[in-house]
Amino acid sequence: MSLRIVVCVKYVPDATGDRRFADDTTTDREGVDGLLSELDEYGVEQALRIAEAHGDAEVTVLTVGPDDAKDALRKALSMGADKAVHVNDEDIHGTDVIGTSAIIAKALEKTGFDLVVCGMASTDGTMGVLPALLAERLGLPQVTLLSEVSLEGTTVKGRRDGDAATEQLEAELPAVISVTDQSGEARYPSFKGIMAAKKKKVDEYDLDDLGIEADEVGLGGSWTAVEAIAARPARTAGTIVKDEGEGGKQLAAYLAEQKFI
Amino acid sequence: MGEILVLVDHADGVVRKPALELLTLARRIGEPSAVVLGAGSAAADIAAKAGEFGAAKVYVADGAEFADQLVVPKVDALTQIAKTAGAAAVLVTSSGEGKEVAARVALRLGSGIITDAVDLEAGDSGPVATQSVFAASFQVKSKVSHGTSVITLKPNSTSPEAAPAAGAVENVTVEFTGKAAKVVARTPRVSSGRPELTEAAIVVSGGRGVGAAEGFGVVEELADSLGAAVGASRAAVDAGWYPHSNQVGQTGKQVSPQLYIAAGISGAIQHRAGMQTSKTIIAINKDEEAPIFELVDYGVVGDLFTVLPQLTAEVKARKG
Ligand SMILES: Cc1cc2nc3c(=O)[nH]c(=O)nc-3n(C[C@H](O)[C@H](O)[C@H](O)COP(=O)(O)OP(=O)(O)OC[C@H]3O[C@@H](n4cnc5c(N)ncnc54)[C@H](O)[C@@H]3O)c2cc1C
Ligand SMILES: Cc1cc2nc3c(=O)[nH]c(=O)nc-3n(C[C@H](O)[C@H](O)[C@H](O)COP(=O)(O)OP(=O)(O)OC[C@H]3O[C@@H](n4cnc5c(N)ncnc54)[C@H](O)[C@@H]3O)c2cc1C
Repeated sequence: MSLRIVVCVKYVPDATGDRRFADDTTTDREGVDGLLSELDEYGVEQALRIAEAHGDAEVTVLTVGPDDAKDALRKALSMGADKAVHVNDEDIHGTDVIGTSAIIAKALEKTGFDLVVCGMASTDGTMGVLPALLAERLGLPQVTLLSEVSLEGTTVKGRRDGDAATEQLEAELPAVISVTDQSGEARYPSFKGIMAAKKKKVDEYDLDDLGIEADEVGLGGSWTAVEAIAARPARTAGTIVKDEGEGGKQLAAYLAEQKFI
Repeated sequence: MGEILVLVDHADGVVRKPALELLTLARRIGEPSAVVLGAGSAAADIAAKAGEFGAAKVYVADGAEFADQLVVPKVDALTQIAKTAGAAAVLVTSSGEGKEVAARVALRLGSGIITDAVDLEAGDSGPVATQSVFAASFQVKSKVSHGTSVITLKPNSTSPEAAPAAGAVENVTVEFTGKAAKVVARTPRVSSGRPELTEAAIVVSGGRGVGAAEGFGVVEELADSLGAAVGASRAAVDAGWYPHSNQVGQTGKQVSPQLYIAAGISGAIQHRAGMQTSKTIIAINKDEEAPIFELVDYGVVGDLFTVLPQLTAEVKARKG
């Protein structure tokens, strides 16, 4: 049987645009431009490389998100993934990470997989914990934050550059991995890839299909609650001087005044 | 007040500074207990240090599992201790591993999780965490509304304050669950002799403007004169001029020092995501239009190769 790889990808507001919150304290995902989280392109890339090296593999991309999240799936399909799964349900709006992991875990079980590939973190929530939560829910080894990864037979091997040490990791399939932006440049979709993506299959699931009750997820089902949101006060305009030979000394005077030296 | 568990991060047998910050913050919301895992013979010293910073109890567990398997043994231990103690909250340092451990503990405890908090205070219905989000353009106050409050906090969220407590050691035997990736080799990072990037009070970073690996010399000299850590933008790291372990930003380290000095860095949103919560920000850039100047408390428009050496000489002269 061929190797089934599922890549989890997130549709996020464009970080270089105007990101904001909607009135109900959730991230505004409708009024702003969105895209495939750039860090998930690395996940798609590594999945494709593993599939290519393996020879007989199928890559599915999976997202949980609103209608527009289809754009993220199309991008991943145009990079070369074979098919897609889109979990979309009004009741998912406002779900926290614990709830999101429940939805994705169910969707993965329904899709079937040998290897789950994630990005290191989303570019909006930036928690970097979803892969660990998927491993916990699915009862599988987590092989995460990899800057190098390979599949040898049924063993996943990877390098994790931690805070204090670099670790070489190994686990048997099935497993959940996440890859960092150091894992290798993501490919650009070719024109042919973009055209082919339009014909690739996208399965749609709602919560019913996954056997999840609406009250387990969404803002109401969240185990975390936002109490207040405030735009950070604009930094008071700083002093800017032009170096005319004394720039370093002026800076030193400022540091002394601020008691740094 | 409930018992607040603090997972004590340690390296080379020494408590890392963020753990002392967590113990300090824990005192605001309850009675701190420390959890020391896989420290071997250093456990007693670490426990004593935790006691100095307010831990009434120190739970100690050891075993080869902590070094040989990824994340899961710590999850097993922390969950078991939290359940037995009936902990009101669990605090963990926001590192890649810390967040993964915390998330799995939260799920096992049937609790919500908040990551990357920069402050913590007691609220009417449990601890309230402050997060700085969307590259620090918003401050969000949130709480865990179900179960134990599992919260990860970034380094430099507060300054550690001693508050001697008993630090009574309680040895724990952990039931390990397995299903973890094996750590088949580990290479400790070689210390640069400079402060740890995320823990440093001052960080001096260089970007593409530094021009070459050798260009980092002026950055390092300034850093050393100030006792600072050295950071780098992704452009400088991608060019191979400085190690990735020193990258500041969304996909590097998130730093929040008292003073951040950016030299030859334009100030892209992904770089800001890693430094915008710094207390004082200084930039040296030859382009007066560089976006980094929107953030600064003090900026010098000029060539970093003349400004930095002059500043270094002046710092050395003033320090005597
Ligand atoms: C600013 C901000 C702060 C937040 N803080 C919290 C908090 O403290 N606690 C909390 O419970 N929730 C929080 N949330 C909500 C949380 O971001 C979402 O629940 C989200 O679904 C999962 O977290 P993440 O985006 O941080 O994922 P990460 O854990 O950063 O994602 C890692 C990887 O998981 C995969 N992935 C993530 N989301 C999806 C998806 N929807 N579909 C497919 N794959 C996915 C991707 O491969 C991604 O690279 C926050 C959201 C925002 C915008
Ligand atoms: C998903 C994603 C994640 C990313 N993560 C990160 C991250 O973690 N960290 C990060 O830094 N970036 C990150 N980036 C990259 C980011 O977008 C920028 O490309 C990067 O920060 C630019 O680095 P820089 O400021 O050094 O280079 P540039 O933008 O090229 O700026 C160089 C600056 O140096 C100035 N300069 C040149 N010569 C001199 C001189 N002699 N004296 C003084 N000034 C001089 C120039 O005027 C210019 O402003 C990420 C990007 C993406 C898409």
